[in-house]
Amino acid sequence: MSATTYAWLVLGLPLAGCLVNALGWRSLPGRAAGWIGTGAIALAFLNSIAALVALLDKPASGRELTSSLWTYASAAGLDIKLGILVDPLSVFMILVVTGVSMLIHLYSISYLESDRGYARYFSYLNFFVFSMLLLVLAGNFVLLIVGWAFVGFASYALISFWYRRNTATKAGMKAFVINVIGDVGLVLAAFFIFRELGTFEYLPMFQSAPQQFSTNEGVVVAICLLILVGAFAKSAQLPLHTWLPDAMEGPTPVSALIHAATMVTAGVYLIARMHPLFLQAPTAADISAFLGLATLIFAATVALAVTDLKRIIAYSTISQIGYMVVGVSIGAYAAGLFHLMSHAFFKALLFMAAGSVIAAMAGTQNIDRMSGFRRALPFTSTLLIVGALSLAAFPGTAGFFSKDEILAFAAERGGFYWILAIGGYVGAFLTAIYAFRIVFRVVYREPCPEARKLEQGHLAHAEPQNPMTGEKEDTDVGFPGPEHQIAERARPMAIAMAVLGLGAIFGGYLQVPGVDHVLDTFLAPTFEDSPLHSGIHVSTGTAWAGLAAGAALSLLGIATSYYLYVVAPQTTERLRERAHAVYAFLIHKWYFDEVYDTLVYRPLIAIGRFADAVLERVVVQGIVAGAVGAVRGVGVVVRGAQSGFVRAYALLVVGGFAALGLYFLIVSS
Amino acid sequence: MVQVAFFAGAIGAIAGAVGVVALRNPFYSVLALVVHLVALAGLFLLLYAQFVAAAQVVVYAGAVMVLYVFVAAYVGAVEEPIWEPIPGQRLLAPLLAAALFVELSIAILGTGLSALDSEGPTVPLGFGSPAAIGTLLLERFLVVFEAASMLLLVAAVGAVVLAGRRVPSAGARGEAPGQAIGPAAPSAPEPGGSGVADEHAAGGVP
Amino acid sequence: MDVTWYLVLSALLFSIGAGGVLIRRSPLVILLCLELMLNAGNLALVAFARDRGDQDGQIFALIVMVVAACEVVVGLGLIVAMFRRRLPLNVDEMRNLRG
Repeated sequence: MSATTYAWLVLGLPLAGCLVNALGWRSLPGRAAGWIGTGAIALAFLNSIAALVALLDKPASGRELTSSLWTYASAAGLDIKLGILVDPLSVFMILVVTGVSMLIHLYSISYLESDRGYARYFSYLNFFVFSMLLLVLAGNFVLLIVGWAFVGFASYALISFWYRRNTATKAGMKAFVINVIGDVGLVLAAFFIFRELGTFEYLPMFQSAPQQFSTNEGVVVAICLLILVGAFAKSAQLPLHTWLPDAMEGPTPVSALIHAATMVTAGVYLIARMHPLFLQAPTAADISAFLGLATLIFAATVALAVTDLKRIIAYSTISQIGYMVVGVSIGAYAAGLFHLMSHAFFKALLFMAAGSVIAAMAGTQNIDRMSGFRRALPFTSTLLIVGALSLAAFPGTAGFFSKDEILAFAAERGGFYWILAIGGYVGAFLTAIYAFRIVFRVVYREPCPEARKLEQGHLAHAEPQNPMTGEKEDTDVGFPGPEHQIAERARPMAIAMAVLGLGAIFGGYLQVPGVDHVLDTFLAPTFEDSPLHSGIHVSTGTAWAGLAAGAALSLLGIATSYYLYVVAPQTTERLRERAHAVYAFLIHKWYFDEVYDTLVYRPLIAIGRFADAVLERVVVQGIVAGAVGAVRGVGVVVRGAQSGFVRAYALLVVGGFAALGLYFLIVSS
Repeated sequence: MVQVAFFAGAIGAIAGAVGVVALRNPFYSVLALVVHLVALAGLFLLLYAQFVAAAQVVVYAGAVMVLYVFVAAYVGAVEEPIWEPIPGQRLLAPLLAAALFVELSIAILGTGLSALDSEGPTVPLGFGSPAAIGTLLLERFLVVFEAASMLLLVAAVGAVVLAGRRVPSAGARGEAPGQAIGPAAPSAPEPGGSGVADEHAAGGVP
Repeated sequence: MDVTWYLVLSALLFSIGAGGVLIRRSPLVILLCLELMLNAGNLALVAFARDRGDQDGQIFALIVMVVAACEVVVGLGLIVAMFRRRLPLNVDEMRNLRG
């Protein structure tokens, strides 16, 4: 079978899993829904591998295959097919997506065991994977937008999974609204693309782009900026990032899958895919890179201050995606995507470990209350450390190689791109600090009461409540289930975490500078049209120098964190008191939410209220009620003729006859 | 000569008509109508419609009017109240009737029918005679003739049903529902009657 | 005499009959006024028959007479029935069709 056939199977299997779970949820016993969902994704992963093999069979120049099922829409010069593009970039993405999804599904089988919405969860999750695969496999821009929208919906459905929790539904709505802003950007970009290039199919689009646009022509910059709006909304970059921390209201595996490993990387994929357009608009690419840098630093600083475990990891995601955005914006495509892959591994691992810890804490997520789980949760602690090491770019881990490759490329490009490199290293330092903030708080120091209980073999229980607001809840459908699962006791969770841990450690060896460049070679056919890709070569010396700098910063960061959180824990207290304003600024996430509330939310609500009170109540209702009143009035008048008197009716007859006669006399004369 | 006869007949007809409308006592109205009919018969004679004139006197004035006389005698005088419940009726009715007359006159007089200004063609002997009418009735208008007789039959049956006496078992009072009377009669006046009576009792005069 | 005279007379009699129907309240008198209108129609028919030289108009008038007779029969039967049930013989009293 050809690569495209495998690709169609990859698309179809998660959809089938979703439908089976959605339609048969009543009759699926126990954990069957979970196994069906996981099985579907596992089969999809196998098919992705098959697609990879089939693609590698082809010569390097012939690795861009398209296939379409039928024509989606064909009118007025538009010809949009339901078509996919199988090339190294999309195969890479489907491998990452299906691989990580498979493991997260496996994890979820146990994690959500006691939840009453079990089958619903798995059907949503499968639908999400289907949408994401559609997005990356799409062969034309319109189908990408379709996948984009589906993914947005899936995200909303999964964030608001515990729908009776007020905070969760609000977070879902927030995510969806910001997503839609991104969608608007994409659709506007689509209009421009069609107007300028006349087609939505990728391959023709990318071939005609260099001829159609001169460098930095207004239109192409506009297109790229609009694409960036979409990408930034989806990937939670400044300024459209506010939804991601709130999205932590969803179940932890959802956070792992959607908001760490896959969906938020869609923006990165988009920029990489649209690189021929960005090549024609270097201004837009530079804006993208610098916004990525800003995001990177911003999120890293906030991650140092917030106290909710999942939110620290969320801000970490925002920051790491900043790295990826910088990478693909400056032309380090393979590096950026490499970081995407390694980030998927260690971030999903971190979330999974966090899920296990939160379960041990009976639902509490506040890091201030956690400590000393080293003996109580040995497996979880080990993997938490592994994930944190990879995040902090400890030498030898996947994060180490991938992050530094981006920064080395930036340095090599020279000029003002050095700012990106330096900013990236500063960010790496901060990353190391907050990554080990988690580790030292949760794993080391004196065990907290829950940890002590667990050492004796009792998993802590607590009244079900909202972790953010403390509101009382119950454990029926729409809220989390009563049982919490930790990795030490649930085999599927442990297996998933172990596989990811291996990936987080050994994944980096795909691209060791000077030794091998597997990804570079593999992705070359997609990116060879880019002069940045083929023109800029990071010499091995520079690369190793960068790696050395990165290693030094990472170790320094870990040491600083050790000092702050283990050796002298009061330091943070004192810092907080001394730099009160800075601390407030950080803990309020640089006041972005407040600014948006004042600038956007309140005016819109006011406009809505005005429209309701005046336009709706007075004008529209007035017209409608007025019409009704008028008709009623006429009816009252006409009813006067129905007096019941025969002679009155007879009078009307005679009168009418006389009138008619008069009319005919006049007409005929 | 003919004009004199015409005007005599016309005045008689108009007088009878006005009498029907204006006289208070219905019995007198009936008699006025008889006068009107006889005058019309005279006019028919002037128009060479001998048979029709004869039928008018014999059938209409002789039978139908006698019927009216009987019923008027049976029913007796009706006290018509002075007060007019329908606003504007007293004024509008004569007005509209006059308007109707004026319009019809204009239509007649202003029409382009040339033959109207003449007396009409010379009619053959026997025009309007019983023989001619009879021949027409039995030849060209046979179906019409038979239909008219059917109609008369139906009317006769209807009259018997309408005015027939009620079956005594239901009681002498008019309020109890009866079976001997046909479906049309009781359903129409009965609910209407009780409703009307109620309205009347409740001061339903508006 | 011109046929026009007869036609105008017929129109006049018809109008008087119509006015009578609208003015009078006793059902008996209303029926009488209806007779007036019917006879006015008869006069017009016969006048036109004379004018055309065609006896069809007279046949028509005869049939109208038949119909009038039937109508009178039924109408008077109704009046008798009303009288029997002690209903007031006043058309204004029948107001059930009031809207």
